[in-house]
Amino acid sequence: MSETSYVTVLDLAAGGLLLSAVLVVWRRDLAALVRLLSWQGVALAAIPVTLGAHLHDAALLGVGVGVGVLRAVVIPRVVARLLLHEGSPRETEPVLNTVSGLLAVAVLTALAYATSRSLVALDPTPATHAIPLALAVVLIGILVLVTRRRALSQVVGLLLLDNGIAAVAFLATAGVPLVVELGASLDVLLAVLVLQLLGDRMRISFGGTDLGELRELHE
Amino acid sequence: MIALVALLQPLAVALGAPLVLGLTRQVRARLEGRVGAGVGQPWRDLRKLAGKQRVRPTGTTVVFLAAPVLLVGTTLAAAVIIPLVGVSPLDRAGDLFAVVGLLLTGTVALTLAGLDTGTAFGGMGASREVTIAALVEPSILMAVYALSLPVHSTSLAAIVTAVSADPGRVATPAAVLAAVALGVVVLAETGRLPVDNPATHLELTMVHEAMVLEYAGPPLALLEWAAAMRLTVLLGLLANLFLPVGLATAVTGAPSVAALLVGLAAVAAKVSVLAVVLAAGEVALAKLRLFRVPELLAGSFVLGMLAVTASYFLITPTG
Repeated sequence: MSETSYVTVLDLAAGGLLLSAVLVVWRRDLAALVRLLSWQGVALAAIPVTLGAHLHDAALLGVGVGVGVLRAVVIPRVVARLLLHEGSPRETEPVLNTVSGLLAVAVLTALAYATSRSLVALDPTPATHAIPLALAVVLIGILVLVTRRRALSQVVGLLLLDNGIAAVAFLATAGVPLVVELGASLDVLLAVLVLQLLGDRMRISFGGTDLGELRELHE
Repeated sequence: MIALVALLQPLAVALGAPLVLGLTRQVRARLEGRVGAGVGQPWRDLRKLAGKQRVRPTGTTVVFLAAPVLLVGTTLAAAVIIPLVGVSPLDRAGDLFAVVGLLLTGTVALTLAGLDTGTAFGGMGASREVTIAALVEPSILMAVYALSLPVHSTSLAAIVTAVSADPGRVATPAAVLAAVALGVVVLAETGRLPVDNPATHLELTMVHEAMVLEYAGPPLALLEWAAAMRLTVLLGLLANLFLPVGLATAVTGAPSVAALLVGLAAVAAKVSVLAVVLAAGEVALAKLRLFRVPELLAGSFVLGMLAVTASYFLITPTG
């Protein structure tokens, strides 16, 4: 792979990661969130695959494929099971309305760029130049976590956060050891499985997964 | 020979715009299972309207009379400046900001005319149009800024020439984000779905139609014609900013008549493809509630903003 096309593909993958995070903030349709999560998984997996192809590192390629299968196929499917019995397919009014949410995304992205400047300056390569984008995804994940009310959207927020962290790791280190990546990925899968069970229990006990209604005790 | 571009472009836009509008309507009709009136129907409508009697509502002033002329004038002026068939010799007259300003002048003239009639609908349409225009402007500025950063110039000729010299520029995240942002903005500026429904006359939803409700006869023909030209010009601009294939530029040598013909055919093909995509997309869309429009435009603004940050920070080694 030539240097220019490597940079282009890497930038596009990082851009896709951020774009899907922005769209998660934009959309309120829960089924669309799951699809976006799947797209983000593809963009995330493209980063180690591109790096692996560039550095001729077979292990990194393998990690990329594994991450792709897990985050683009398995996890979205588990999350989608939360949707099966969900009453309304749309997010209830979030704490922050969509316009303010999108403007907050713009501010968070600028913040990510501002804070990671010195990090990029340490070793200015095409990969580290994309770190701010991944950091912005982490911040957007936190934003989704604190502003959404439905359990499914919060799980999506958590996964955005985790995808962002994984992307930062890939971009900063050019390849996490296989064991570490495997551990982290299984951790995420387990967390999502537990959250899915929890979501189901919540729905059975309270008849809904709107976390806004769990703030106070009901009769 | 290059001077021909400045003549050819407005002429082509003026003659072709109703056909573009006709194409979108025809595609939409076919997709909805109707036969459709044919691609030439907007031209027939314009001829019919032009032959009608002039009626002017009582109490209207010169603002009402001037609006159609201003709208047509500003759109044609934009058509002279922007690179559609080839890089225009009058490019120095205005950059991307100037083009946006020209189009906005037309919009303002139309809203003033809507207010001038003194009817409820005119005022309502004007108020909605101004709301949308105010939200559209920041996103246009952001997207334009993102496009002009890599070239260090807001001149349309410089941007288009740089892209046609190096098509790889289009595959950067900044350019992709700016393209999406500009696409949304074009939909809002030309009053297409999901921002405004060009086919409706329902009081609750119309924006553009509400402003021109009091017009009849030749002035109405001018307004319809200007709306079609706006759509054509903006689609052509969008196509050429990101895919300047076939454009007669300085890079390809001094433009000959053949190069101009190639440019004309290329821009006609690109605009037709975009018009078909637009119409096919509109079949699947419903109009957004007016209160949801700010969400769409805020999204477009954020994409523009991300495009700017991306083009600032993802400056990558080339080679």
